[in-house]
Amino acid sequence: MNKTTLIILAVICIIIFIAPLIMFNGHGEDDGYFGGADDAAGEAIEESGFEPWFSSIWEPPSGEIESLVFALQAAIGAIIIGYFFGYWRGQSGKDE
Amino acid sequence: MHIMEGYLPLQWCIIWFVISIIVVAYGIYQVKKIVDETPESKALIAVSGAFMFVLSSLKLPSVTGSCSHPCGNGLGAALFGPAVTAVLATIVLLFQAILLAHGGLTTLGANIFSMGIVGPLIGWIVYKALTKGNISSTIAIFFAAFLGDLLTYVATSFQLALAFPSPSFGSALTKFLVIFAVTQVPLAIGEGILTVIIWDRLKAYKPKLLAKLNVLAPNEA
Repeated sequence: MNKTTLIILAVICIIIFIAPLIMFNGHGEDDGYFGGADDAAGEAIEESGFEPWFSSIWEPPSGEIESLVFALQAAIGAIIIGYFFGYWRGQSGKDE
Repeated sequence: MHIMEGYLPLQWCIIWFVISIIVVAYGIYQVKKIVDETPESKALIAVSGAFMFVLSSLKLPSVTGSCSHPCGNGLGAALFGPAVTAVLATIVLLFQAILLAHGGLTTLGANIFSMGIVGPLIGWIVYKALTKGNISSTIAIFFAAFLGDLLTYVATSFQLALAFPSPSFGSALTKFLVIFAVTQVPLAIGEGILTVIIWDRLKAYKPKLLAKLNVLAPNEA
């Protein structure tokens, strides 16, 4: 694919993920927007009267720590991808 | 798609664990085999795992107004098949279960089953079918990633509906599909596009390795 196609694809991708932010602009977690689907499923299960029988052995003590670990997760992945793609690109010896 | 810690009745935890352990064990054997046969694919396995690491850490907003995350399992599935992807998914899910209280150790088997087995299996079948039909691997990888992601969430919905069929299996399934699968559609499209971009670069940089792994359409190799 040429560069233009790649850029168009990237832009479509960005639009897909920005659209909800614009559509529901002004709403927040308090009125039920942008919550996690996993938690929504958990609530639906609790409604059926089920009591969770085991809880996590460790939980991030605050939202800050949670975002730290999430950022770490993304960074680890991104470093590996970036390292090998950079290496391969250099190896292939040409820039398209 | 993470079923939270303790949110599955014990018998279901055991069932999904048993199925997942078998597939993951076979996957570990396959990883060994692939690395022995084509040592240069080691980096590609790492990249497939890293891709899952990145994508499953991104909680993205969806048009339904809730947030969910893509899986990144289509890339590994297309390259190495579902069993190897199950191994990679296990690493991601363990990281999230232990450090993020996302998913859980009791529900690990169930989560591996959806993200590491069902999604990749469907993605892999679709990918193989399309490329065998001489459809460009770049297009095939879109559908592999799109369906791998979406079917992961459909699988989770089925798992929860099986465990909590109240008032009936059908209505429970609808309830969980609305929570998970509908939210996931735009994210799965986004994941498909991202995977296409990665795939395009892979094809440009490592065409010989992809041909060796026999993952390109016959007219591309």
